[in-house]
Amino acid sequence: MSITRRRALLGAALSITLLAAGCGGSDEPGAATATAGASEADVKAALEAGGELTVWAWDSTIEPVAAEFMKKYPGVKVKVVNAGTNKDEYLALQNAVQAGSGVPDVVQLEYYALPQFVLSKTAADLTAFGAGSLESAFTPGTWNAVRSGGKGVYGLPIDSGPMALFYNKEVFDKHGIAIPKTWEEYAAAAEKLHQADPKAYITADAGEAGFTTSLIWQAGGKPYTVNGTDVTVNLADAGSQRFTGVWQGMLDKKLLSPVVSWTDEWFKGLSDGTIASLVIGAWMPSNLESGAAAAKGKWRVAPMPQWESGGKAAAENGGSSLAITEAGTKKALAYGFLKYIAVDEGAQSRVDKGAFPATTKELNAAAFKGKEFPYFGGQKVNEVLAESAAQVVPGWNYLPFQVYANSIYGDTVGKAYLGQGNLTDGLKAWQDASVKYGQEQGFTVK
Amino acid sequence: MVTRRSWIGWQFTGPFLAVFALVFLAPIGYSAYLSVFRTKLVGGTGFVGMENYTKTFSDPQFWEGVSRVAIFLAVQVPIMLGLALLVALAIDSGRLYGTGFFRVSIFLPYAVPAVVATLMCGFLYGIRFGLVGSLNEGLGLNIPDPLAPDWILTTIGNIVTWEFVGYNMLILYSGLRVVDTALYEAAAIDGAGQFRIIRAIKLPALRGPLVVATIFSIIGSFQLFTEPQILKSIAPNAITTYFTPNVYTYQLSFTGQQVNYSATIALVMGVATMIVAYLFQRRSLKGVD
Repeated sequence: MSITRRRALLGAALSITLLAAGCGGSDEPGAATATAGASEADVKAALEAGGELTVWAWDSTIEPVAAEFMKKYPGVKVKVVNAGTNKDEYLALQNAVQAGSGVPDVVQLEYYALPQFVLSKTAADLTAFGAGSLESAFTPGTWNAVRSGGKGVYGLPIDSGPMALFYNKEVFDKHGIAIPKTWEEYAAAAEKLHQADPKAYITADAGEAGFTTSLIWQAGGKPYTVNGTDVTVNLADAGSQRFTGVWQGMLDKKLLSPVVSWTDEWFKGLSDGTIASLVIGAWMPSNLESGAAAAKGKWRVAPMPQWESGGKAAAENGGSSLAITEAGTKKALAYGFLKYIAVDEGAQSRVDKGAFPATTKELNAAAFKGKEFPYFGGQKVNEVLAESAAQVVPGWNYLPFQVYANSIYGDTVGKAYLGQGNLTDGLKAWQDASVKYGQEQGFTVK
Repeated sequence: MVTRRSWIGWQFTGPFLAVFALVFLAPIGYSAYLSVFRTKLVGGTGFVGMENYTKTFSDPQFWEGVSRVAIFLAVQVPIMLGLALLVALAIDSGRLYGTGFFRVSIFLPYAVPAVVATLMCGFLYGIRFGLVGSLNEGLGLNIPDPLAPDWILTTIGNIVTWEFVGYNMLILYSGLRVVDTALYEAAAIDGAGQFRIIRAIKLPALRGPLVVATIFSIIGSFQLFTEPQILKSIAPNAITTYFTPNVYTYQLSFTGQQVNYSATIALVMGVATMIVAYLFQRRSLKGVD
């Protein structure tokens, strides 16, 4: 799997009970697609009639599975284009929509970015095609992420990122560190490790918005609430305070490596043991295998450290959906493709190619759970990850302008990672800047 | 008698004017048009008159970027041009062996794309795995992190200087080459030493080229973008999204979807750059032809 895919999955994660009103009160959800004459029967007819589809996706499993799709439906020609990874693709998409030409039929959108495109009416509602009936096929977290205030379905989930603790067992064993069960134990382990080996850090965090929000999510925080165009931002709630409590302590003692994620330095640290663990999404295994190949056999996976001892809470980190563009003229055909990729034969095929599924069937399949990973010393990694998927704390929201909010994380919270100021003040500044932006964009933000 | 109006002049300037209108006037006009509207995620586009402009002038992030490039201009440009002048004079002195080699090797960094140069320097400046890290470790030095917020502007100045000394040297050197060598002979006969020649002949001859080089540098400083934008990926907390006015406009239009406000800032900066460059040119070329 390529670096681009890793970056892709980076960022934030799931679950958005968003913006019904964002789509405009007067618009009947699904009305537009319904008038286009779409139904499940149309999808079938469209698949038989054939046609050409343009798909924008950076996920490396889409293209080979699209080839399988074309074998099954010879009349359909699918052109998979990598229009850039996450932010680059969103930019290209915005530009294409603005220009009114070159808009693809199908587009890959991460869960945290989807609300923004629902709001701008770029992503079409799929209810008319019968997407509503697919609820039971997906994990609750991912399904929640592609709904919009429970009224529409704006994409089909193609993968998910329930978080887990990935750790270098060799380093942990060498310094007599037990697998931390809580975040306090994690912080204590960080101190022990760094004292034993000043070059080694428990993890690297140079300040990443997606990681912070995921930890707040796991801690039970609900910093963002969205009700149509009414938005609230509160990055000082109980969950956020839990996060800053532990993380500030680690920053103060300089227990976090300031290496920026996804850089060469980062992969080097993951390879040579100077970055000893990562709390990250379930899509990480293949990235470790390719990016830190030298550490083969040393890494293991354990459940996320908990905020309460004995707790069983997890959060999502990353993950994408495929959406159909409102501007596309072949929505029925596009939906046929979407369903193939996300639910039908394509779902299993993509798992075989390394994707972490968002579908309960593939997630609970014995072959999936029982797969032994040589990189992880033969551990059945998917068992841990599937368990995490079931423990994701419900009710999380992202902002309808989360892409922008994440981009200014460094401006506001960044200084705290350099030992200037603290996280609490930083989060406050991030909150203020997010509120200001939201107000400028016409939201009612508190 | 009827005089037929001659269109020959227009025929000559026509192609230029057409391209000029297309690639210069039209984008500026479009920016100006954009700058009087505002598009919101909720509520769409509306006419706002001068609101974007008043917002620009009261925007602390804008001013922070402006003062940063102003400091950059005041410190980096004199250093860079001083070095370029020194090198140009040295190469022109005729006392150096292998002037051709020096000229090319000093100019070479200019041929390296700014993106590549910045990435290279990023590796050198790495406090852990870069050259700085190795020096600190190997020689027991204590060089501060060049990518920390307090040092990042100096670091960028360093990169830009490396990139552009050669370019400016070439402007100045070509200015020196057009000096009539008879002047040097006459000066030597009059008993003038090298430094006297520099002061009395070469520096006055360089006035024009220096003004040109300075104006290019003023424009370059105000438009500082590539270096901070690339360094941001390895020093995300030291470089803000409003580090320089150009970085800010990029962030506003491409991440913030605030194209209108972005166009406003771009126009304001363009006009400001023009004014500063013009004032400088007027002042410094007073009395020269």
